[in-house]
Amino acid sequence: MNLAWILLFLPLAIAAANQLILKKTGLAPLLSTASALGTFALAVMLLGKNETSHFAWATLGDFSINIGIKLDQLSTGMMIVVTGIGLLVHVFSLAYMKEDEAKARYFTSLSLFMFSMTGIVLADNFIMTFIFWELVGLSSFLLIGHWYQKDSAADAAKKAFLCNRIGDFGFMVGILMLWGITGHLGFDQMKSGLAAFQAANPAIFSSVLSAAVLCIFCGAIGKSAQLPLHVWLPDAMEGPTPVSALIHAATMVAAGVYMLFRLQFTLGFEAFEALQASTVIAWTGGITALVAALMATQQNDIKRVLAYSTLSQLGYMVMAVGLVHGEAGMFHLFTHAWFKALLFLGSGAVIYACHHEQDIWKMGGLLKKMPVTGFTFLIGFAALIAVPYTSGFFSKEQILEAAHEKEPILFWIAAVVAVLTPFYMTRLYVVAFLGKNRSENASHAHEVGPLMLGPLVILAVLGVIAGFPFVASKFAPAYLQPEHLVHLGFVTYVSVGALAIGVLTGFMVYAGKEKDPISIPLLQNRFYIDGFYDNFIVRYFQDTLASIIAFFDEWVINGLIVNGLSRSAESLGNRFRLIQSGSLQGYAFVFGLGVLIVVYFIVFGR
Amino acid sequence: MPSYLFWLFSVIMLAGGAAVIAFRNPVASALSVVACFVGLAGLFIGLSAFFVGVIQILVYTGAVMVLFLFIIMLLDLKDEEKSAKPLVPIAAGIGLVAAFTMQLIGVLSRSPDTTAPALDAQTFTVAAAGFPASSKIATNLLSGKLPDVHLIGRTLFTQYNLPLQILGVLLLVATIGVVVLSKRQAD
Amino acid sequence: MASLNDYLLVSGLLFAIGLAGVVVRRNIIVVFMCLELMLSAANLTLVAFSRFHPAANGLPDYNGQMLVFFVITVAAAEVAVGLAIIVALYRARQTIHTDDLTSLKG
Repeated sequence: MNLAWILLFLPLAIAAANQLILKKTGLAPLLSTASALGTFALAVMLLGKNETSHFAWATLGDFSINIGIKLDQLSTGMMIVVTGIGLLVHVFSLAYMKEDEAKARYFTSLSLFMFSMTGIVLADNFIMTFIFWELVGLSSFLLIGHWYQKDSAADAAKKAFLCNRIGDFGFMVGILMLWGITGHLGFDQMKSGLAAFQAANPAIFSSVLSAAVLCIFCGAIGKSAQLPLHVWLPDAMEGPTPVSALIHAATMVAAGVYMLFRLQFTLGFEAFEALQASTVIAWTGGITALVAALMATQQNDIKRVLAYSTLSQLGYMVMAVGLVHGEAGMFHLFTHAWFKALLFLGSGAVIYACHHEQDIWKMGGLLKKMPVTGFTFLIGFAALIAVPYTSGFFSKEQILEAAHEKEPILFWIAAVVAVLTPFYMTRLYVVAFLGKNRSENASHAHEVGPLMLGPLVILAVLGVIAGFPFVASKFAPAYLQPEHLVHLGFVTYVSVGALAIGVLTGFMVYAGKEKDPISIPLLQNRFYIDGFYDNFIVRYFQDTLASIIAFFDEWVINGLIVNGLSRSAESLGNRFRLIQSGSLQGYAFVFGLGVLIVVYFIVFGR
Repeated sequence: MPSYLFWLFSVIMLAGGAAVIAFRNPVASALSVVACFVGLAGLFIGLSAFFVGVIQILVYTGAVMVLFLFIIMLLDLKDEEKSAKPLVPIAAGIGLVAAFTMQLIGVLSRSPDTTAPALDAQTFTVAAAGFPASSKIATNLLSGKLPDVHLIGRTLFTQYNLPLQILGVLLLVATIGVVVLSKRQAD
Repeated sequence: MASLNDYLLVSGLLFAIGLAGVVVRRNIIVVFMCLELMLSAANLTLVAFSRFHPAANGLPDYNGQMLVFFVITVAAAEVAVGLAIIVALYRARQTIHTDDLTSLKG
């Protein structure tokens, strides 16, 4: 158990050491990478354990906020994902950020992120989850805004933090509601509390629990970038690419799904079956998947395409959780983490090689110049579009089957997404890697160094084998082993068919083109949602509220209360000053008068 | 002492006191104070406080008031100007005095009136028994005289010895203080 | 022989006269003299009580007269020091008129 505590606090110690002691030396990157390696080793050692331990962090009477660690298959499996991808990203960053001046700050923030994410995964009660949830948001802010001198990066960091914050408000309300319903905050004790509540209030049980779950889902909407609050994820691509790989593809955005699954696991799946909240969750996931896929077909920045792809896949996971088939969602999270990180790191290598060029229309022919990168990228691409026998295929199958069983409309929406995904990914691959070089930078690209290639190769291997039961049953957070590896049914035919349609269409439209033949402004401008938020919400609500509060602060608090108090004290003092007349006999008179009064009260008074 | 003497000396005293406030010339005020103290000394002697009465003349009138006159003449003070006859201080003074007088009469009307206990031969003989037979006090008492100075001396040097010594130091300190205060600032 | 209350009345009147002089007169030396009047009134009271409340052996209670002795001595010292201060004040301000001494005015 001590190992688990070291696993939690080692990155924090390294981050503190980096920040306080080693800020200017080149030692910080190596220290952080060493801590990432250490935590990965610890996570492997802790696989398969099943324990909890905690200590009380803040006590108030007989209520205490605990910091605790809960080890079971869900958390240890998730830790493998977090620390594994973390380690590979640290190694990749050693090469990618080699020329950056603020390397030490970058690695400190990375270590801080590792600490916070570990906290969410290993948490054994909701309050600790919330605390580390916020910390993860902070780390994301620091990392997105790493190049804060660029306005766009600073704005993107702020946007990310604000969107997360809005979701976290609902999250907090949901936690409080759950606490009120079950009487406990720790995951282990919640189930009995829930049963007691159900026995006591059978009539309102379903609606109250629905409301609580929906509020908690708000946190997942913010963190996992589901539909109303998805706007921050594409802008978060302003951060360095390894950061996008770690945080915005594999781990942080998956935290929402993880938390929802943990909730389902804790309260019991039966409780969730009949809830209206589950339907809302499933539909939100489905719509997000569709809208994000549509928006991805028209983006020209390689990282943006991948960001929207992430949004779409997250929609899949959330949909699976909403359909109370969370194991499928978690399995997809597991496989998605590996191949999405691979795709992001591959794009990072491409960007690095093309001297920070990110527009795919200015790349081209990179497969010949960077063969290893191109080949690993192809493997990741294959896993994402769910080519049979890749890891993505197995996990996507499970989600599609769950949708087919429970909610056919959602199944068809997922099928449409399954067509769009290969379409835009083929577009990306064909334009960026095949064909002729379309710019100077692309023609001068050459293969990247081993520190970058190593992680890519490892991830490519995992992208292929992670779906098979011999890997998944040991390492995946939640895995329902199917009876047959490939179940040849309606669902499989639909999915393979969608794959074929998407790839072929993509090839036909985009092979050998110099610029984008299709142009749909609605999709290019991302359904105008960003503009809507900016003009309507920010300008009307936020700015008027800010001016009202500014008026209150300046006139009432400053003018009336602060200045008013000082001025009244001053004028009172001025009045009292007049008593000092300076006249000797005046003082004598008052003195005598006082004596007479005292004498009166002593002699004649009561 | 007979009542008429009491009232005579009281009138002298009170008239002198009123004259202090009334005269504008400071020298005249000082001399009025002297007259007041003379009346006061007469009252003391009437109360058989012979030592205190003589001390009153010697020290208070003879030293203190002379000192006052020295200073008045040193500073070469003129008459107080007639202008600036402020109404407020006079009204205040009258008000204060009126209040005080009313309180005084109120107190006196409530307290019991006592007459003077006799200081005659019988009292003396009784008192003489408390003193050693060969002392001056006893002999004086038995011969019918009140040995005021001796009695005061006895009380002062036995019961009030320590305050007496402290008083000596106080006078020393006052003398030094006066010398320091009246030094001209050497430029 | 006058009664105790007569003596007390007379001394009270003398005290009132002194108090009035302190408040009314503008010349600081005259104010000082009126202070002496107040002290003397107190002395008269003390001696009257000493005579009218005799000690156990029938003789006047000399504790009161002791206090009078001390009061006279201390008053003499006080007058000396006070007049020295007035002289210093006159040298500094060239005035002994209390209306001109207003540096303590707030």
